[in-house]
Amino acid sequence: MLDLSQFDSMGAALRAALERWPNETCLIEADRDRERSRLTYREFRDAAEPLAAALEESGFASADRAAMIMTNQPKWLISAYAVFVAGGILVPLDYKLAASEHLKLLAHAKARVLIAEYPFWRAITQAEGFSSHKLKTVLVTEAPPGADLAGAHRWEEFKGAGKPEFRARTRKDPACIVYSSGTGGRPKGCVLTHENYLEQCAALTTLYPFWPGVRYLSILPTNHAIDFMVGFFGPFICGAAVVHLRTLRPEFVRDTFTRYKITYITVVPAILKNLQKGLQARFDALTPGKRRMLDALVAVNRTLTRRRPQLWLSRRLLPQVHRAFGGELRALFVGGAFTEPQTLQFFYDLGIPVGNAYGLTEAGTAVTTNDFKPFRADTVGRPLPGIEVRIVNPNAEGIGEVAVRGKTVMSHYLDEPEMTAETIVNGWLMTGDLGRLDAAGHLQLFGRKKNMIVTPEGKNIYPEDIENAFVGIPVKEFCIFAANYLWPQRTMAGEQLVMVIHPGPEQSADANLYSELARRNAQLLNYKRISGAILWDLDFPLTTSMKLKRAALAEHIRARLGRDAVVPL
Amino acid sequence: MRTLEQTTEEILSLAAAHFKVPRAELSPADDFYQKLRIDSLQALELLTRLENHFSVELPDYEVQGVSDFRTLASRIQARL
Repeated sequence: MLDLSQFDSMGAALRAALERWPNETCLIEADRDRERSRLTYREFRDAAEPLAAALEESGFASADRAAMIMTNQPKWLISAYAVFVAGGILVPLDYKLAASEHLKLLAHAKARVLIAEYPFWRAITQAEGFSSHKLKTVLVTEAPPGADLAGAHRWEEFKGAGKPEFRARTRKDPACIVYSSGTGGRPKGCVLTHENYLEQCAALTTLYPFWPGVRYLSILPTNHAIDFMVGFFGPFICGAAVVHLRTLRPEFVRDTFTRYKITYITVVPAILKNLQKGLQARFDALTPGKRRMLDALVAVNRTLTRRRPQLWLSRRLLPQVHRAFGGELRALFVGGAFTEPQTLQFFYDLGIPVGNAYGLTEAGTAVTTNDFKPFRADTVGRPLPGIEVRIVNPNAEGIGEVAVRGKTVMSHYLDEPEMTAETIVNGWLMTGDLGRLDAAGHLQLFGRKKNMIVTPEGKNIYPEDIENAFVGIPVKEFCIFAANYLWPQRTMAGEQLVMVIHPGPEQSADANLYSELARRNAQLLNYKRISGAILWDLDFPLTTSMKLKRAALAEHIRARLGRDAVVPL
Repeated sequence: MRTLEQTTEEILSLAAAHFKVPRAELSPADDFYQKLRIDSLQALELLTRLENHFSVELPDYEVQGVSDFRTLASRIQARL
C-alpha cells in the first residue's frame, strides 16, 4: 500500500511527486486528432510556481478559497497545485452549470479567487447578480486578444516574480469544497480535508496501482470527485501521466485510446453503454462464421478469467477487441451512477475488467469497488481498505440504509451544521442508499431512501432543485419527487422525476396546463426534465413555517396512488 | 456567406436526414433532444456532422446548455 503517512497535505504530497519524477511525462493535452501540449513533472512545477507566487503577491492567504470553472485541461491541474502551494482551499465547480448557478455557488463558498476558462467567465459577467460578486482576483484562460475581461487577469500572464512560499497545512484542514448538489435549494458544499484525499488515494491505489508510464485518460469532469482523484491526485502521486482530450466526441475518444495506448479510463454508465453499443454493432456485422468464432473465443475467455482477470491471455485470445482500446488498457472504471450488470459482464467477458464502484462525494468518492477476486457484475464490490460499511436497520432480507465510516468521510457540509448532523451520525455517514452486504462482504444496492435520482450521465438530481423552473404554473401548489422515492423499487436503473399537481378550485388540469409543463420542461437541461405528473386533490401538509412536509406528502400519495397514476409528459 | 436563416435551414435538413426524422416535423425553435429523441452523446454526433458540413470547429463548451436548433445555428453562424 502506498505510504502517504509522511505527508500532511495534498500540496506536500504533490510537491514531493514533482521532485521525484522530474523527467516523466505528467500531462498530455490532445484536441481531436492533434496534440496541443505535453509536460513533464518538472515543466508542470515550473508552470505552477509563478502562478502560486502571483496568487500570494495578490494577498491570497492560507485557507482562502479559490474556485475553478474549467473543462479538463492542463491549466486545471496546474492551477489546483498552485492553490495548494499557496495554502488555499480549492472549490472545483461544475462547468456545466448555468452562470447564475456559478455566481450563487461562488458566493456560498465565499471564494476570493476564481480561475475560469474565458467562455465561462464571459457568461458570468452577463448573468444577473454579477455586479455584487465578492471575488478579489479572477484569472481567465485562453481569452481571445482584445476581449473585454471585465476586471479579470489573463491566466497566461499572471506570474509572480520570485519563488512562492510553500504554505504548510495540517491533515485536518480543508483541502476542497465540492458541491454535491443543491444549486436550486440548499447548496451542499462537502468540505473534504487533506486527510480525506490522502487516505482515499492510498486505498484506491492498492487496488488500481499507477506508476510512471501509465496513461490515464481523463474525460469525466475534473471538478467531479472521481476524476479529481483518479485523473489528478492518484496518477500524479505515482508518477503517471494524465491525458486530456478537449472534446468528448465519441469518435475522438476512440482514437485517443489507440493513439496514446491508454492504461485506465473512468466513464459514466451512459458512455460505457455507448461503447458497448459500438462493439455490439461491429460484432453483429461479422459474417456468421466469424461471429461463431468470436463467440467461441469469448466463451473461452470467460472460462479462463472466472477466478481473476488474465490480461495477457485475453489480449491474445481477442486481439482485435483489445487493439480497438489501444492494446494496453488494464481496466475501465465506471462510477457516478448505476451500471447494469449485463453491461459490466459484456466487457469482462471480452477481457476488459470494469472497476465498478460505489461512492459519493460525502465519502471522499469511492466506498466500495470491484476487486476482481473474483469479478462479480451483480454487486458494487467490497469496501476499500480502511473503510467500514454497515447496514442500518436491516429488514428480514438484510436490506437497510448503507452507512459508511472511515478517514475518507468528509468533515462537514459548509455552513450547514443541521444538515451535517442529519448526515453524519455518531461518525457514520448515512448515505440514503439502500443496500445489503452478502456473505462474501460484497455490497449490493437496492434503490434509495432519499428523494433524489442519479442519471446515467452521473448527475445527482434533487427534485427540490428543479421546482424553481415551474414557479408560476396555474395550479394551487405543486412539488416534484423521484418516482422511486414515492414508489420504492429495488433498482437504481431508469430513475425518473414526477410532479405532483394540486389544482385550485377554479383550476383544472387541462391540455393548457400540460402544454405549459411541456414548455417549461423543454427549457431545462435534458437530464433535469420531469417525465410525468400526478393529480392530487388535497392540500399539501405544511410545517408551521409553511414549508412542505415532503415525507408526509409522499406517504399519503403512496397510500392512495400507484405508479399507474402518472400521466406521461 | 450564408445568412442565419440559411444556416438554420441546413442544420434542420442535416438533422432530419441523420436521425431519419421527416424534415417537415422540425422547426428552428424545437428542442433537438426532445424532437430527435437523442441523448447527449448523440447530440455530439450531430455536432460532428454539422462541423463537417460547415467546415468549422465547434468546441464542446460552445454548445453546453444549448438544446434548440436556433441557438445552435447562431453559434455555428458566429464561426462561419
